Order: sequence, then C-alpha cells, then structure tokens
Amino acid sequence: MATIRTNRQPMDMERAHIPQGEVHVIPERCKECGFCVGYCPEQVLAFSQEINAKGYHYPVLAEHKEDACVHCGFCNLICPELAIFTVEIARQGGSGSAGSQE
Amino acid sequence: MTATSAVIARDHPNDPLLRSDRFPHILCPGCGIGTVIHCYVEAMAASGVPLDNHVCVSGIGCSGRAAGYVNVDSYHTAHGRAIPFALGIAIHKPELRVTVISGDGDLTAIGGNHFIHAARRNMNLTVVCINNFNYGMTGGQAGPTSPRGSITSTAPKGVHDRPFNLPDLARAAGASFVARWTILHVRQLRDAILRGLQKPGFSFIEALSPCPTNFGRANDLGDGMAEMEVYRQRCRIVQELPGFDELDIDFVDEERPIAVGNFVDIDRHPYQPVGADAFDNVPNGTQRVHHPVGEE
Ligand SMILES: Cc1ncc(C[n+]2csc(CCOP(=O)(O)OP(=O)(O)O)c2C)c(N)n1
Ligand code: SF4
Ligand code: SF4
Ligand code: SF4
Ligand SMILES: [Mg+2]
Repeated sequence: MATIRTNRQPMDMERAHIPQGEVHVIPERCKECGFCVGYCPEQVLAFSQEINAKGYHYPVLAEHKEDACVHCGFCNLICPELAIFTVEIARQGGSGSAGSQE
Repeated sequence: MTATSAVIARDHPNDPLLRSDRFPHILCPGCGIGTVIHCYVEAMAASGVPLDNHVCVSGIGCSGRAAGYVNVDSYHTAHGRAIPFALGIAIHKPELRVTVISGDGDLTAIGGNHFIHAARRNMNLTVVCINNFNYGMTGGQAGPTSPRGSITSTAPKGVHDRPFNLPDLARAAGASFVARWTILHVRQLRDAILRGLQKPGFSFIEALSPCPTNFGRANDLGDGMAEMEVYRQRCRIVQELPGFDELDIDFVDEERPIAVGNFVDIDRHPYQPVGADAFDNVPNGTQRVHHPVGEE
C-alpha cells in the first residue's frame, strides 16, 4: 500500500488530473480499528482527541493534511463499519500536485 | 495537535445496499468481516444484475452474520448448510444471482462435503469464504484452516495438523473461478467477487480476515492492525495457481510468503438440472477455456 515515489517527472504531469477528496466521517459508527488511519496512502488521517458514545477515537484530518486527500477510495472500502467515505471536490490551491509530492 | 475534523456525516453512500438501521453491527473492533460485506455490496452494485435479483445466503458463525446486514433477499441458514440452501434457490430460480458468504468452519468443516460437491458440479454460485483461521463465534476453537503452529483454545500448544488449502481444494473439486485475497487487498477482493458474480458456474473467493478477539489474541496479534501487518509483510501476489506447498499458510515459519491472487478462471459448463434438453450442447461434459488472470 506504499505510495509510489519517483524522482522522474512523468511526461504528462502538467495535464494529469489528481482528484481531491473531502473526507466524511460518521463518528458514531467507528470502532477505532485503525485500518483507514494506518493504510491511507497519503497519511491524511489521524485519530480524534474526542471519543464517540462507545468510547472510540474516530478519524480526523491530520495536521497539514487538510487538502491532501486524493479521493482514492481506499479508506471507504476498507472500513468494516462504513464509517468513512470521500467526496470529490475541486482542487484547492490550484497546483494539481498530490499530497505525496510535498 | 491541530488536527481538523472531517465533515461529519450521518449516512454512508452505500447505506441503501445495507440494512444500515442495524449499524453499528455486532462484529468486534478490528474484525475483517465488515470489510468483506462492504466489498460484496460494492461488487453487487457494480455487477449489472438488478439488486432484486441478488440473493445472499450465510450459515452460522460471526461470518454468517453477513446475510443479516445486506439489503437484498438473504437467508441465515443452519450451521454448515448455506450451500445446499443456496443451491435450492439457484436451481429453482436460475435468474437469481446467489452468493454464499460464510466462515471457514461453516463452509469447510461441518459444510465441507457440500462445498466440494457444489464445486464438482459447477453449480451457479459465488462462494465467499471468510477465513479467520478459527471458529470465531464460539470461542476460537481450531478448525480445518487453522495454520500449523497457531494457538487456539483447543490447541493451546499449537495446531499440529496440516490445514486445508482452500484454493487448491476448490480447484481440484472443479471450481471455474478461484481467488484468494486478504481484506487489506480490498480492491482486488471486491473485483474478485465481481468476477464471481459475472461468471456462470462455481466461483470461490477466499478472504483472509482478522479475528482479533480470538485468533489474534491467542497468537500475539493484539488487534486487527497486527494481523493486517502480517498480511502486508507476507502476502505475495501470484498469477497462476501455485503448488500445494506454496499455498500453505504457515505460522511456524514466519518468513514464508502467503500467496494471494486470482488463481483460476476457466469456462466449464455450469450445472443444469436433468431434463429433456439437459445434455444438449454439452460436449463431453467439460470444455476448458482459460481466461488469463492478470495481476491487479
Ligand atoms: C450444528 C451446529 N454445530 C455447532 C454449532 C456451534 N457453532 C456455531 S458457529 C460455529 C463455528 C463458526 O466458525 P466459522 O464458520 O469459521 O465462523 P466465524 O465465527 O469464525 O466467522 C460453531 C461450531 C452450531 N451452531 N450448530
Ligand atoms: S480517499 Fe484515499 S487519500 Fe483520501 S483519506 Fe481516504 S485513503 Fe486517504
Ligand atoms: S476504518 Fe472505519 S472503523 Fe476503522 S478506524 Fe477507520 S473509520 Fe473507524
Ligand atoms: S469473534 Fe472474531 S470473527 Fe467474531 S466478530 Fe469478533 S473478531 Fe470477528
Ligand atoms: Mg472462522
């Protein structure tokens, strides 16, 4: 699940569209399994300081990762509780480069 | 710490595919069964088969809870009897796409004979076996897939017997499609289930899945993430069906890779009920056409 890092700039980098996702969470469903936080390829997620009604910490956006989600859908599909998903939004900041490039 | 909240939502886009009024479900934190259910409902939605024509059948066990959470016609049957129950539906109503989702114990211990004979006859079924290497629901007893060397409540000094090698068993018995993935390989798992739903005949998908409460705790895999790390470190994607030994999952030799992949994808004539035209167009029973199975 590691992010692919390369020194070589792909030729179509300028034209490549890297989607941006907005992360949505249903806190009361989360059981803090850690799958989304641990395996997000862009390390977008962290656990909340607060707990939900059952005592679990749920995912929030990690520091400096507010715009880093690339809407890959991995957190959504791996979540056993259907507690997280992303929605594609217009990219903030305009550069079009993904969080992995920073 | 300056983490910011995600957008707080009340519903999930896949909720209509599930009995979301029953969520949160009863399965433990870090259990992989919910992920398999998630992959199944996405495959179901992508299959092109109308939702009304999908049927989900489970046996008994934590994995057997799957049928209770999907929003299509579903049946929670007796222990070990998911396949014969599903066969009745598939034979009587061939327009329905019947999927069995159940556990390693349910499908391959008490239900083992149904499994091999349904594969042998190439029944029109997609069987998803959630293999968590033990009887999760009843307290972590050893079952036919418990790896050698693993600790279970009925094998406190470690399992001695060689486990079933489910992809090899399914292939030998005659399945048309055979795959093994883990719940960490979510996209491949979803796509394998989708391939199963679209293929006539018997499709078998083994989904390796953490059971932190029983198997994990007994084997120093404290939570779901610990078992996921085992998958991440040890899984190797292969394309052809590996040899019997290579498919073995071993907990004594920690270096040993766990082979995952879409191993078999062939066309064989699916089961037809005996009737006047039962043997029309069936050249000698079996016709084998290989579909290349690609690395995902
Ligand atoms: C006829 C019968 N025998 C035994 C049982 C007890 N029993 C319930 S679930 C289960 C095994 C479940 O194991 P598995 O199918 O691997 O599901 P898991 O809980 O691991 O997901 C057993 C033996 C039963 N319910 N019915
Ligand atoms: S969609 Fe992908 S990048 Fe965005 S938070 Fe989820 S796993 Fe991370
Ligand atoms: S995968 Fe789901 S249940 Fe697990 S921590 Fe993330 S949101 Fe919570
Ligand atoms: S006992 Fe094991 S299989 Fe059953 S819900 Fe808990 S973690 Fe999952
Ligand atoms: Mg089991």
